[in-house]
Amino acid sequence: MRYETPVSIADAVALLQGSPARGQILAGGTDLIVQMRSGAANPQLLLDIKHIPETRRIEFSDGRFEIGAAVSGAELNENEAFKTTWPGVAEAFDLIGSTQIQGRATLGGNLCNASPAADTVPALIAADAVCRIAGPDGERQVPAESIITQPGRTSLAAGEFIVSIRFPRQMNRTGDAYLRLIPRTEMDIAVAGAGVCLTLDSEGRCATARVALGAVGPTPLLVNDAGAALIGSRLEAAALDSMAEAVAAACRPINDKRGTIDYRTRVAAVLARRSALMALNRAENRT
Amino acid sequence: MKRHVVSTINGDSMEFLCDAGDTLLDVLRNQLQLTGSKEGCGSGDCGACSVILDDRLVCACLVLAVETNGRQVDTIEGMARGDKLHPLQQRFLERGALQCGICTPGILVAAKSLLERNPDPSESEVRYWLAGNLCRCTGYDKIVRAVLEVASESKERNAR
Amino acid sequence: MNAEAKKYRWIGTRTVRPDGIDKVTGRATFGADFTLPGALCGLVLRSPHAHALILRKDFSKALAIDGVKAVICSDDLREIPPDEAVVGGQPPNFRDMANNLLAKDKVLYEGHAVAAVAAISEEVARRALEAIEIEYQVLPHVIEVQKAMEPDAPLLHDNLRTQGIDPPPETPSNIAQRVQLGVGDVERGFAEADVILQDEFTTQPVHQGYIEPHACIARFGEDGQAQLWCSSQGHFMVRAYCAKLLFMEIAQIRVTPLEIGGGFGGKTTVYLEPLALLMARISGRPVKMTMSREEVFRATGPASGSYINVRIGATSDGRITAAEAILCYQAGAFEGSPVRLGCMTGFAPYDIPNVRMIGYDVVVNRPKSAAYRAPGAPMAAFATESMLDQLALKLEIDPLALRMKNAARKGTKAAYGPRFNDIGYVETLEAAMSHPHYQSKPGLNQGRGVASGFWFNIGGQSSAGIHVTEDGTVIVNTGNPDIGGSRASMAIMAAEVLGIDINRVRPIISDTGSIGYNDLTGGSRVTFAIGMAVTEAARKLVESLKERAALIWDISLDSVIWKDGSAYGEPGGEVEDERKGKRTGKLKAPPMQLSLHDIAKDAARTGGPLSSSVNINAQGAGPGFGTHICDVEVDRDTGKVTILRYTAIQDVGRAIQPDYVEGQLQGGVAQGIGWALNEEYIYNDEGRLDNPGFLDYRIPVASDLPMIDTVLVEVPNPNHPFGVRGVGEVPIIPPLAAVANAIADATGLRMTDLPISPPRLLAALDNQARSKR
Repeated sequence: MRYETPVSIADAVALLQGSPARGQILAGGTDLIVQMRSGAANPQLLLDIKHIPETRRIEFSDGRFEIGAAVSGAELNENEAFKTTWPGVAEAFDLIGSTQIQGRATLGGNLCNASPAADTVPALIAADAVCRIAGPDGERQVPAESIITQPGRTSLAAGEFIVSIRFPRQMNRTGDAYLRLIPRTEMDIAVAGAGVCLTLDSEGRCATARVALGAVGPTPLLVNDAGAALIGSRLEAAALDSMAEAVAAACRPINDKRGTIDYRTRVAAVLARRSALMALNRAENRT
Repeated sequence: MKRHVVSTINGDSMEFLCDAGDTLLDVLRNQLQLTGSKEGCGSGDCGACSVILDDRLVCACLVLAVETNGRQVDTIEGMARGDKLHPLQQRFLERGALQCGICTPGILVAAKSLLERNPDPSESEVRYWLAGNLCRCTGYDKIVRAVLEVASESKERNAR
Repeated sequence: MNAEAKKYRWIGTRTVRPDGIDKVTGRATFGADFTLPGALCGLVLRSPHAHALILRKDFSKALAIDGVKAVICSDDLREIPPDEAVVGGQPPNFRDMANNLLAKDKVLYEGHAVAAVAAISEEVARRALEAIEIEYQVLPHVIEVQKAMEPDAPLLHDNLRTQGIDPPPETPSNIAQRVQLGVGDVERGFAEADVILQDEFTTQPVHQGYIEPHACIARFGEDGQAQLWCSSQGHFMVRAYCAKLLFMEIAQIRVTPLEIGGGFGGKTTVYLEPLALLMARISGRPVKMTMSREEVFRATGPASGSYINVRIGATSDGRITAAEAILCYQAGAFEGSPVRLGCMTGFAPYDIPNVRMIGYDVVVNRPKSAAYRAPGAPMAAFATESMLDQLALKLEIDPLALRMKNAARKGTKAAYGPRFNDIGYVETLEAAMSHPHYQSKPGLNQGRGVASGFWFNIGGQSSAGIHVTEDGTVIVNTGNPDIGGSRASMAIMAAEVLGIDINRVRPIISDTGSIGYNDLTGGSRVTFAIGMAVTEAARKLVESLKERAALIWDISLDSVIWKDGSAYGEPGGEVEDERKGKRTGKLKAPPMQLSLHDIAKDAARTGGPLSSSVNINAQGAGPGFGTHICDVEVDRDTGKVTILRYTAIQDVGRAIQPDYVEGQLQGGVAQGIGWALNEEYIYNDEGRLDNPGFLDYRIPVASDLPMIDTVLVEVPNPNHPFGVRGVGEVPIIPPLAAVANAIADATGLRMTDLPISPPRLLAALDNQARSKR
């Protein structure tokens, strides 16, 4: 196995293009190294992208955040401006694994590992984040909800990798939140997760709302009907009920060692309600 | 082909050869004989191999040894200064905050990293910070108390 | 600390453990930390099937790989004749053990060892494993205990006939044994009852969850002498088992204990050691073997899963008149679950005139069960203590008051046989009732549960040696691995008797060649039994020291006393012997004094080295009782339970080093909470374990738990010089029911199946809501 540390996007793309099929991006390694050890992954080329400046930056300009794909959870959660602006995303990232995992795990890795239960992904989807992807044909931008196509698979073409994640300029009175259910308080993979981002109008009504779910389908899900159910409301009981109904209707989970279809569906709706109320509270407290 | 790596381990420049797939934990334990970092799971779930990589707490089993080239690694073996124990080590002894001792090195390294970042953590902050360090013997009670005591002591010291 | 304890200088103090610095600096050498030059890497090939016949084994491709030095399978183990399988009528069964080490004709669980290889590197060994060809014929398997007991269940062993049934059954089954014990006349007891309650309970197998995987390294000489370094709960056990399995003489094997990273009963048997020895013999090289975490889960432990049916009857004023239970325990692939211990402990805290306990030991296609802290007791107590809670609710009696009314006391004849001597169960109940925790009130969606537990504690064969060095410092030599601070206890007891500073006492743990035999570290025996041997050895040494002083002073031995680490005496004078409490005269000042240091310095002139050794089979371990209080909060929308507050109260006899006694209570509680809430094995339809790691086998993490308050009640064990009772096992027994009882208090739901995981509790809450509608 080769190990390479390209220092530019162009170098990385060239190395990926020149490699056999089993080239693999190494960012935090918290999933990849476990997979290599168990034999589930057996790359011939490891491309450590942490030496590429664009993957390591946290940038804020013109009201927009751009987070490098290889920025660790610990680093992002030390950025007070980001935490204040996107607390739901920051908290979702922080929920992943232990402090030790936080020292390594990355947004890019969480997306590309393509687990249906990836905690940051529903939060990124709710936030309407977009991935900056570099590849042999140059760069392109892809919405967060379009990265994971099935468990363990992404829409990235051969030779492509995620450089950074871009967040929209945040409107006034916007709030986001992400909650998940795990049996313990830490260290588990989500049994279900729900991210909500909403913006209030001057009347305090929901002007926009995005609701995304984790671990209740083969990929994280953007549930448009759930968001629509909130629009125009102040998250009164009726609106929350119809959002929860839309959430439950959208769930397509499986029975596995971490949860049952029934339990996941039930809990996804509970979490979506709680996330929505948390997001509302944040939006109301932000002018 | 083996890779040549030079990293600073516990303040000393160390050279070693490794395969690209070797983890930092493999190299620490098998090549450098630094066996204070333990392998409880090999998958980042138990924290017994906790080390500090350039000021970040990580599991040595989830870092490739090649990644440490040119970087600093601090392990449990570097925690005491000469024959003087770190206050956390001392307090763990005084409070019986260990039983079998297998998780102790990882917990000490993690707790040190916590107090360097957050000198005055709440009980809840200590518990969540250490959630990745499994201990099956103690029920965590005396560990958490020892960490909180060291924190409040250094706070008092600084207040004087 | 009570007044009596104050008379001690070291007993009951929180001294720093002698092995502490090694353990906080990373210097301590655990199982996987030790190696030898030229060591080979040994790995095990394990069955991918839960139950299958082995049709063909072909090692030729593996042996052809460069660097492969040994490949072994069951053919390399000499068959133990059936009449030699069991030594002295006591478990273990060595034929089963051999079969578990390397499967013979059949694999009986996923993870069952089939072959092992030793090679020059892990990478080569791994390739060798892949090159081994095993042809299996997959058989139907059975995982659950009740299914395994059905007449048409797949049979694990064609020749297994249930023992304990008269007449013996003519057909084989998966039921290895039926046990029954009790007192009185249960039918009459139920006839006297005003209230009779019955319920069924199940618990899942749980792993001991020690953080250190099994590890050892073996070396074998051409002269047949073997050496083994390993972490275990008893290196004499490892020596004996290896000798028996490999047809060696015991003295040919020398086992050096390495530090043990947790055991909890799970390291009271051998998995790797005989394989490493065998491959070291074949290869002529040292062989090191270390399990992965996955192997630990697939092939070691666990504690038995269980199905328990309990019936209990009481008068309306809360006097229990009868109790009976049927307990079915999973033994794993080979017989030998601790179901008898479940039967014995289930109602042991209570004085019940009529008790009948029936147990079944049942084999299933899971790893052979292993001891886990109070083996057999937690699951039984989950059932019985949940029933007591139901009874208290039904009779509208405070659950502690109900227990008090029926509590076993001195003189109570336990259903399992003996009459209790001095025990402290009542004292734990009193302490619980008056504890601020019990006085407080739980809030909304919160609940409180209490439960009690009993464990026998054991003594057993024990050796200790005390050696005085040339400068008067002292080596205390014992032979039991120190899992949780026992070196500290040994040093404390020796320093107390010798009357010297504890820092002048150095406890060491010797290899099997350097001290007499010791039973393994288990059954909460070490502080009691080894402590007894150390205390006796120290007393013997004091006598020698007095003799030397008498010799130096040329006075009679009767004229010498030992006090505060020195001999005092006066030519011809009479002295006060404090220890005997006998006043025979007054010591005239200034007395002659010789310190331990002085006597040691002169040892050569007075007869040579000073040491003493004691070998005993310690009897009279005092039973232990505990009572726990648990508060929980239930998230009614998700079924998730949070432990808010926990108090563990236990009669510990005498706490030699209170930190480590409290630590035993806290650790046991944490394990019990894990058992109650989240720990379980998840098998798929093929009988393969789906969660062989700490990610999905969910032991409690630091943020899952509150501080665990402890109250140490000290009712001294009259059979121990310092009153010690074992303390390690009791604390894992009450939490299962304490948690379930707290959930019942919070929700009105009686959860009878463990673990009470969020999906399970939410489903129960849903049913409750539906039935209310």
